[in-house]
Amino acid sequence: MTKQQANWSPYDNNGGTCVAVAGADYCVIAADTRMSTGYNILTRDYSKIIKLADKCVMASSGFQADVRALQKVLASRHLIYQHQHNKQMSCPAMGQLLSNTLYYKRFFPYYSFNVLGGLDNEGKGCVFTYDAVGSYERVGYSSQGSGSTLIMPFLDNQLKSPSPLLLPAVVCSIYYLFKFSHMDAVTPLSESEAIDLVKTCFASATERDIYTGDKLEIVVLNADGIRREEMDLRKD
Amino acid sequence: MATIDVPQKGGFSFDLCRRNEMLVSKGLRSPSFLKTGTTIVGLIFKDGVILGADTRATEGPIVADKNCEKIHYMAPNIYCCGAGTAADTEAVTDMVSSQLKLHRYHTGRESRVVTSLTLLKSHLFSYQGHVSAALVLGGVDVTGPHLHTIYPHGSTDTLPYATMGSGSLAAMAMFESKYREGMSKDEGIKLVADAILSGVFNDLGSGSNVDICVITKGNTEYLRNHLSPNPRTYPQKGYSFSKKTEVLLTKITPLREIVQVIEGGDAMEE
Repeated sequence: MTKQQANWSPYDNNGGTCVAVAGADYCVIAADTRMSTGYNILTRDYSKIIKLADKCVMASSGFQADVRALQKVLASRHLIYQHQHNKQMSCPAMGQLLSNTLYYKRFFPYYSFNVLGGLDNEGKGCVFTYDAVGSYERVGYSSQGSGSTLIMPFLDNQLKSPSPLLLPAVVCSIYYLFKFSHMDAVTPLSESEAIDLVKTCFASATERDIYTGDKLEIVVLNADGIRREEMDLRKD
Repeated sequence: MATIDVPQKGGFSFDLCRRNEMLVSKGLRSPSFLKTGTTIVGLIFKDGVILGADTRATEGPIVADKNCEKIHYMAPNIYCCGAGTAADTEAVTDMVSSQLKLHRYHTGRESRVVTSLTLLKSHLFSYQGHVSAALVLGGVDVTGPHLHTIYPHGSTDTLPYATMGSGSLAAMAMFESKYREGMSKDEGIKLVADAILSGVFNDLGSGSNVDICVITKGNTEYLRNHLSPNPRTYPQKGYSFSKKTEVLLTKITPLREIVQVIEGGDAMEE
């Protein structure tokens, strides 16, 4: 008898794009709301962004079943943390927890590509970016998902300093005012400028990526709390 | 008597197929082609034929062309929508179009739709599906209006309404629910546009605008971008990309003067 071929995959790719930008005192996290498989749209209104703690949200693309499973694990771990410590988990702590949770399934990974955004203990914006098996890094901005190849170079051009030894040219002085330990850990933009940049990113990515579209969901965290915005994208 | 190997005349050369097979088995990944994951449709109405197409060309998940033309000219009274590999649909329609023109010069009569149908299908059949062109052929000739679909392997259908491409199911849903015999021109255009829009919005391989071509006895109307239902969503403001990001060199070294080489000089002395 011939060997049975495994012609079934436990994974699917449901597309979608996520972007996060950290500023001096805010964090913007955005994702489109299209969920698709192959050439089909499954729904035009599925939120990829979830609030994990008071000052911590996660945007995820990839395989939505895995993403949902991951979200539930993080939610239950956060509930236990609250009972044990009587406080909300900080964003950097949630960042480490997410990495551990992903690496725990190193050889049967969650097929999810995440960006974690929020405010750290000093109130500074923070963004953590991940691969599917838990490698992570604190950055000033990041993009994940099907449109990331289109968005990331644009963000680099607009936000990255030409050298790690130099500061972004736009508002060097702001950096000295806040005395940052990580040079590239935040962007020099104002909150409204960052939101505008994110909207442009998605409008452009939607023009060229077939898996990005329908609607843009933007979540903004700052000292005032958490705020949600929406913008229409192309629906074709 | 000696025999000589004469290279075959015409057609594609398959000389490199064996080499490519070997390279693939050694792990080479060949580059992908520009595919038009497409919605193309056609229907017969009271006075002739209406063809329709979307305008998106894709390369995997990336939109390669947001406003390409998929309704190709065959003859003044015949047009042909193409789905599949863009190069194949373009080349096959161009080749047959030129054969039809020569045939018209020879006979002095208007081309017939069946003629182009036969030329297209025999070409496609002889390449056993390797020329990946899925076509919707429509036109009006001396025998009346005709609409055909042609598959990449060379099989054909003759239908009152037809759809092809990745959005064919979405478009056919509109036809199956709304088509009836003897529609007026305006009704026909509306239905074709609805069928294309159904593909544009429900199939990720199709998108952007709607092209339409109306062929009646003695008249052809090509409505390029009949509908543009997908404008950019967020105002495209100009971004300035600074030219100078870092000064690498400030000292300018002039080019060297022309050096004259004098040949036949004395050899080095000892």
